[in-house]
Amino acid sequence: MAIEVKIPTILRTYTSGAKAVDGKGDTLSALIDDLDGNFPGLKGRLITDDGGLHRFVNVYVNDEDVRFTGALDTALKDGDAVTILPAVAGG
Amino acid sequence: MSETAPVFSIPVLTIDRATYDAIVAHARRDHPDEACGVVTGPEGSDRAVRFIPMLNAARSPTFYEFDSADLLALYKQMAADDEEPIVIYHSHTATEAYPSRTDISYASEPNAHYVLVSTREPDSAEFRSFRIVDGVVTEEPVSVIET
Repeated sequence: MAIEVKIPTILRTYTSGAKAVDGKGDTLSALIDDLDGNFPGLKGRLITDDGGLHRFVNVYVNDEDVRFTGALDTALKDGDAVTILPAVAGG
Repeated sequence: MSETAPVFSIPVLTIDRATYDAIVAHARRDHPDEACGVVTGPEGSDRAVRFIPMLNAARSPTFYEFDSADLLALYKQMAADDEEPIVIYHSHTATEAYPSRTDISYASEPNAHYVLVSTREPDSAEFRSFRIVDGVVTEEPVSVIET
């Protein structure tokens, strides 16, 4: 069992074009570290230098925006589905 | 494809009159707040087919943002239909129809046409289209197909 992570178009350069990849981790933070081991550079596109989630991306665990569930501390378990989407925003 | 077809195609946004008018109408309706939305189409087709006005969760004259839950629902629907965003549009209500620095920093669909509509003039709307790739803005012509 693993956690399926859906990857948006803009980040598929890191996953050899794959739309979805598998990862593991007890928290979103651990999952992102695991993904970065297999797809180096991905973490830098999701997490800022200050260690928070980048405002340019939205991350969902089982359709819940993680901003409302503890952000990077959001707990994960096998079988969860994670979706990463680019925020559509501007000024 | 004919033998005389060019090897490189010149970027252009091709859009039908009804969709063009719907985007402008949405921008007018939400003025003085910014309006936003997408036109989706089959993946890889570059055909803007399905007009989807979105809620500006920021409800602001200087910022727009798709609501987080709406964004997820939109991308799920596109995935189910093998579609992608062909046009991502929003309005500027007091400035010209050109991507702001914030627009450029957020732009993350390299295949999309970023459409800007300015509603600062009450009687005429400025409608322009851009590619935004790796922070580089390239304006492109807009070809409106009369329907």
